[in-house]
Amino acid sequence: MRTAFVRALIDRARNDERIFLLVGDVGYSLVEPFAQEFPDRFANVGVAEQNMTGLAAGLALCGKTVFTYSLANFPTLRCLEQIRNDVCYHEASVKIVASGAGLMYGALGLTHHLTEDLAIMRALPNMTVIAPADPIEAGLATRAAAEWPGPCYLRLSKTGDPVIYKTPPDFQIGKAISVQDGADTTLIASGGILYNTIQAAKQLELRGIKARILSMHTVKPLDTEAVLAAAEETSAIITIEEHSINGGLGSAVAEVLSELGNSRVVFKRLGLKDSFCSQVGSQAYLQKLYSLSVDSIVEETIKLWKRVTHEV
Amino acid sequence: MSTQRRVNYKVLATRIRAHALRMTHRAKSSHIGGSLSIADLLAVLYNRILRLDPAHPDWDDRDRFILSKGHAAAALYAALAERGFFPLDWLDTFYQDGSHLPGHITYGVPGVEVSTGSLGHGLSIGCGMALVGKRDNRTYRVFTLLSDGECDEGSTWEAALFAPHHHLDNLIAIVDYNKIQSFGAVKEVLNLDPLADKWQAFGWAVREINGHDFNQIENALLGIPFKVGQPSCVIAHTVKGKGVSFMEGQLAWHYRHPSDEELQQALAELGVSE
Repeated sequence: MRTAFVRALIDRARNDERIFLLVGDVGYSLVEPFAQEFPDRFANVGVAEQNMTGLAAGLALCGKTVFTYSLANFPTLRCLEQIRNDVCYHEASVKIVASGAGLMYGALGLTHHLTEDLAIMRALPNMTVIAPADPIEAGLATRAAAEWPGPCYLRLSKTGDPVIYKTPPDFQIGKAISVQDGADTTLIASGGILYNTIQAAKQLELRGIKARILSMHTVKPLDTEAVLAAAEETSAIITIEEHSINGGLGSAVAEVLSELGNSRVVFKRLGLKDSFCSQVGSQAYLQKLYSLSVDSIVEETIKLWKRVTHEV
Repeated sequence: MSTQRRVNYKVLATRIRAHALRMTHRAKSSHIGGSLSIADLLAVLYNRILRLDPAHPDWDDRDRFILSKGHAAAALYAALAERGFFPLDWLDTFYQDGSHLPGHITYGVPGVEVSTGSLGHGLSIGCGMALVGKRDNRTYRVFTLLSDGECDEGSTWEAALFAPHHHLDNLIAIVDYNKIQSFGAVKEVLNLDPLADKWQAFGWAVREINGHDFNQIENALLGIPFKVGQPSCVIAHTVKGKGVSFMEGQLAWHYRHPSDEELQQALAELGVSE
């Protein structure tokens, strides 16, 4: 996803001279092509995320479209007030890009787990929150963010993520992508965990459960229509996110269902419970511990499906 | 400096002080001390230094002025109204329900570049604006006015590192060094001295002035950049509450608003009639 981001950014920058990239002393063997091609529109600001974000707001208020790039929580939580006051309040055209979505930096430890960012970014007025699912979506999301007038948060995974789409989907901010149709349950995923979700859906099909899959790449503004259609047309909805179950995709979908949805559909959020991950392990290992592996998604969906069919 | 200019500065500074006193009195609001300490600096900036066009507040090549100590909003709103950015009677609505003018300086008010209020934000935003100026060969300059208290913020020093590294000689940081922060004397809360040495060590060209001496203020601000290729820092030694005897150097006037009698006395000291 990171490579797709930089490629798309370079391509956009060739056509839009307002585009500017700031990095917080990260991006080794990643952002160099941008820096070489556009030296006047690039700066490594050092390990100083608060300054990077205030700086980005200043650049944007002088007409630039600014991408800030760093890892994990550094470009968001470290400088949250700059994002709130300097970027969001001024509706500055700043796109905050974080690499290392969810548990990607698994064994690096808790400081590097990006597991509350969607909730926190979603709470900010004027902020658009996007978590692409694969390199194709990441490239499309980068282009869309570059053209989006206001603040954006782009949550990327890593390099070498599995590619989900054979052909580029129709990517629009705020519009879910229907990955496959199904009449029984709906699986709504944001970000790279869509890959596990698709694998899980294949196994569910073998067990006789046909799942609709939505890639909810935009967590805010949420595609309310797609959620309500799923509530009408299928019997169960499960949200899957590599993030705390508090405040992210699952919460956003729950808000829509509880205020606007029917009372018939059964609903479940999969994600990290309200706790810090205290285990050491790879992303795959930790996904298994936190019910985000393919097997866990299958198991949780079947449990929910049994409620629909009154088997429990 | 010509006598006439000195008179002009004095008149504008007095008007800014009188407006700020009336505004905080009416609003029963805080921060009059830090508004009075910057009145002379604002008078020189808005009378002579800043290249602005009140009829076109968004003019591309205007100098940018950022009040990073956003709590001194009353003084800046007063300066902007006096320069004709918006009608003087807006000042009567400061803090009021449905007003254009909230208690911390806010973007969207004509002439205001940036909303501030949380300390330690202004210099970074100023760096961004100055970087555009440099990269795009623009002629505008970026002035940021900081409090001494906000020199406690790490983000101020992140920006202070950035500007010299990028040779932003179109950026000016003015520190309103009135020696009193929210909860006490700067020396007792978190000592900043030697403050000029710190900025110099970070790579700024520094001048220390008396922030109430129009001659010194004007000389410094006409002399920027002090060194080509380096950002300029003006340490303005000021007095919190300057101009009103019973407010000068008193911590309480970071919080208190003047009573009816205190307003009368303050205006009388300034030589302003009600």
